[in-house]
Amino acid sequence: MTLGLIGRNAGRLLVPLIFIFGFYIVVHGHITPGGGFQGGAVIATGVALLLVSYYYRDCLERFIPITNFKLVESAGLMLYICTALAGIVVGSGLLFNWLNASGGLFGHPVAYGVNPGDLFTAGTIPILNFAIGIEVFGALSVVTLIMFAGLREKTQQEEDAEAAESAAPLVSKRKKGKGGRK
Amino acid sequence: MIANLPFIAVALLIGISLAIILLKKNMIKMVMGLSILEGAVNLFLVALGYRENGIAPIFTSAPEGAEMVLPTVQALTLTNIVIGVATTALMLALVMVIYKKYGTVNSNKIRRLKE
Amino acid sequence: MIVLVVLATLILLVPAVGLNFGDPITSSTDQYYIDHSQVETGANNVVASIVFDYRGFDTLGEATVLFIAVLGVAMVFRRLYK
Repeated sequence: MTLGLIGRNAGRLLVPLIFIFGFYIVVHGHITPGGGFQGGAVIATGVALLLVSYYYRDCLERFIPITNFKLVESAGLMLYICTALAGIVVGSGLLFNWLNASGGLFGHPVAYGVNPGDLFTAGTIPILNFAIGIEVFGALSVVTLIMFAGLREKTQQEEDAEAAESAAPLVSKRKKGKGGRK
Repeated sequence: MIANLPFIAVALLIGISLAIILLKKNMIKMVMGLSILEGAVNLFLVALGYRENGIAPIFTSAPEGAEMVLPTVQALTLTNIVIGVATTALMLALVMVIYKKYGTVNSNKIRRLKE
Repeated sequence: MIVLVVLATLILLVPAVGLNFGDPITSSTDQYYIDHSQVETGANNVVASIVFDYRGFDTLGEATVLFIAVLGVAMVFRRLYK
């Protein structure tokens, strides 16, 4: 059920461009319109394009297992909680913006009024944008991949028994002849 | 009355989605009606915070001497969109399980409690 | 049933014509957010500073809701062991 040669190669060429555009929307969240949620949804569109052009169960399941997307989603939520708890360690209150105008990682001072934007301002807000972007990307990819696979008809033990049964006739074909198994 | 066009569109969309949810028997069409209702509520929230001849509430390269629209309502709408996505995903998963068990998505034929 | 739906739509149209579109009821917190967000948070985007700094606790709850929804979907489509 994969597409032809043109479909597969066009999908493979467009996916890095979609990732770069989504990452641009996430990182510039405090200067331009956009931010974490919007950029995460755009990055998940790239995974959906990869799913349409290649059939997942035949071609991609060995290379991109679904466990990696689950790890990415959990890492995003953990990064948000750790940044929120760092406010208690430093000074006062949960989610305190302790990097604002302090000369640290994102701490350039802001020219007040109308200005062309500077990327390294605004403290903890780009870190939280990045965490939410990764989390939304992981969540939407996991939902799309799980619903595409559908429901299982047999339990796990029956599937293992069928896999062992279909591998066995190559061994016993010379002993039993044909017509032994279905 | 022609200047109130977003609010009239919100009222019509809520009426259409209520008619879809109450009158249709197919379960996937009911989920679609609920998605239209969630979109109408988001439109109502964003249209509440509009000032006359206002610009977007962003200071990067903004034109001089213009007022900004209200930014609080847009933050509420961001949260509401994500919650709508989560609700629609769970409902569609439940519809898939019901189709697997009963063989139909017509809501008149799944009234048996135990089969 | 159709009569009830038409009646509900007509009742909803009354405040829709009553509100005026370009003139909202301005509360004082909105004007405070527009005037003071560049001084206190250092971001050019007022909506991003509201979502992540002034009301960042709501965003934490929303990220948890998304996580739990994905957990529920993954639990529905699991393999059963007998």
